[in-house]
Amino acid sequence: MSKINLYKFASPATFYGLAGQMIPGFAILSAILFAIGLYISFFVAPTDAQQGEAYRIIFIHVPAAWMSMFIYVVMAVYAGVGLAFNTRLSAMMAQALAPTGALFAFIALFTGSFWGKPMWGTWWVWDARLTSQLILFFLYIGFISLQSAIDDPRRADRAGALIALVGVINVPIIYFSVKWWNTLHQGASISLTKAPSMAHTMLAGMLIMAIACWTYTIAVALSRVRLIILERERHSTWVSELLEDIK
Amino acid sequence: MRGDSRLFSEVGFLLEPGGLLHVRGPNGSGKSSLLRMLCGLILPEAGEIRWNGVNIRHSHDYNRALTYLGHLNGIKEELSGLENLRINCGIAGFDIGEKTAIDALERIGLDGREHLPVNVLSQGQRRRVMLARLLVARTPLWILDEPLVALDADAIGLMRSLFELHLENGGMLILTTHQELEIAAGTTQEIRLSS
Amino acid sequence: MIMLTWLLRRDLLLAIRRKSDVLTTLFFFVIMVSLFPLGVGPEPQLLKAMGPGVLWVAALLASMLSLGRLFAADYADGTLEQMLLCPESLALIVLAKAAIHWLASELPLVLMAPLLGLQFGLSGDALWVLTLSLLLGTPVLSLVGAIGASLTLGLRGGGVLVSLLVLPLYIPVLIFGAGAVDASTSGLGAGGHLSILGALLVLALLATPKAVAAALRISLE
Repeated sequence: MSKINLYKFASPATFYGLAGQMIPGFAILSAILFAIGLYISFFVAPTDAQQGEAYRIIFIHVPAAWMSMFIYVVMAVYAGVGLAFNTRLSAMMAQALAPTGALFAFIALFTGSFWGKPMWGTWWVWDARLTSQLILFFLYIGFISLQSAIDDPRRADRAGALIALVGVINVPIIYFSVKWWNTLHQGASISLTKAPSMAHTMLAGMLIMAIACWTYTIAVALSRVRLIILERERHSTWVSELLEDIK
Repeated sequence: MRGDSRLFSEVGFLLEPGGLLHVRGPNGSGKSSLLRMLCGLILPEAGEIRWNGVNIRHSHDYNRALTYLGHLNGIKEELSGLENLRINCGIAGFDIGEKTAIDALERIGLDGREHLPVNVLSQGQRRRVMLARLLVARTPLWILDEPLVALDADAIGLMRSLFELHLENGGMLILTTHQELEIAAGTTQEIRLSS
Repeated sequence: MIMLTWLLRRDLLLAIRRKSDVLTTLFFFVIMVSLFPLGVGPEPQLLKAMGPGVLWVAALLASMLSLGRLFAADYADGTLEQMLLCPESLALIVLAKAAIHWLASELPLVLMAPLLGLQFGLSGDALWVLTLSLLLGTPVLSLVGAIGASLTLGLRGGGVLVSLLVLPLYIPVLIFGAGAVDASTSGLGAGGHLSILGALLVLALLATPKAVAAALRISLE
């Protein structure tokens, strides 16, 4: 990702301006992609033989799940870079990404629950993937809580980075053990049975939704990081000048 | 940096054997932070700290050469003065026999109280348990944060002669203290931090 | 080496002098376990099925509660700071502290568990596997918990924050620990589970001390 290189070398001051320019582009792109994606999911993709119309929720559920995992990894990478090279901006990016990641994890859980209800009649099912998703959500909440509990920004950055890295290493272990647990207890499972011919449109729909989520994430994370930059650099001259201009 | 604010910048010095560095400044100016930075507990935002020309972060024998006594006493309340002294020296790498330890505690004014659990001692007496380490565990560099707090005139006199002896033997001393203290040293430097 | 021996001596001395700490963890464990039958009813079949899970969860929670004693006291009185200045490797020091902590806080649980297991009607074999699984698993809990404890030194929110950080990481141990007993009861043999627990233990021994050392340096800045 070329973004990583930019972030390593850009100071918060210059990045503030750069981010400001990038946001509108990503926001518009995201809106367009969401429109296309939702159109595909509701009108183009065929009805599933077994699950009827209700299955369409996977077009939100699956991209959200992918995003929640992807964002966690990206967050951990930023945090790791910040820890290794002592760069404040990387840590700020990790902090900016976390709430969005948590949101996607929550959406994945929420929609997963809705998906399961018509099939199993219950609002929750201890499916291996859903359970791992729940644990991933807890990992996000842990990261966010730890950072908000620490007043000193430097300690918050570095402590958060450590827990994010520990989390990222543990995610495979947790996933594997939950899978084992689930198969052993012959728990319920939500999955999609599809005839080969339907695979294409569904996959396309999910991919477009995923990219839409990704561009949305970039737009939101960039605006959030701008706020974080302002708050953390509030004592510096460029921020005071900026605020002067606004007045 | 502490939190969002910069505590101090552009601080530099060179300390050599027999040298005394006195760090002065009002409360909150960052004296303790500077000392902790010199110990390696805090990473400087910019700049380097070197021991014998090697950055302390890459130096394996810096910790062996250093004794740091900070604000907190660094002793365990449930243990006696004697146990605390032997354990603290032990953890720093010096195996002190019981007799030596008792001797040191007597010299620093805790005669008869060596075996009492520290939680019955006064603040000044607890401080002495901590300071007793300087009598027995000899390292070239001493970094002391307000070592004379809660000590009476006698004890202060004792500590002063201890400091002077240390410097005479080629040791180095960095300290902060609010008291006006005359310590004879090879070279004396001062750093004043402002708030 | 001298330094580690002195450190071990000190922590052992403190553990002996602060017997109440050890006992409170144990009593918490016992009470927690006893609450479950009161909550779900005394039906033997149900209890037998629940037993391993309940005992494991209770051990996990008791273990988590004891984390507050791992570094907090040393942090408050300045001894932790001195440990960071020790010429010995901090990771080794962490391992030593965690070892004594385990001996004082978790080993009693491991020894108590079979007795409590009887209350749930577990068979001799199951009790044996339970004890073994706890023996392998509780050190992992101590080590992984130490990461949470070291990151949260001096923070408000205390125990709740540590739980939030540490419980997700505990889950694999719980799954394989309780799973081992279930496997043995259902005749499948606990070998697989126990080996995985063993592997987790080795992983924890190798990887966590460095992480805890890094966390301590971060917290003491």
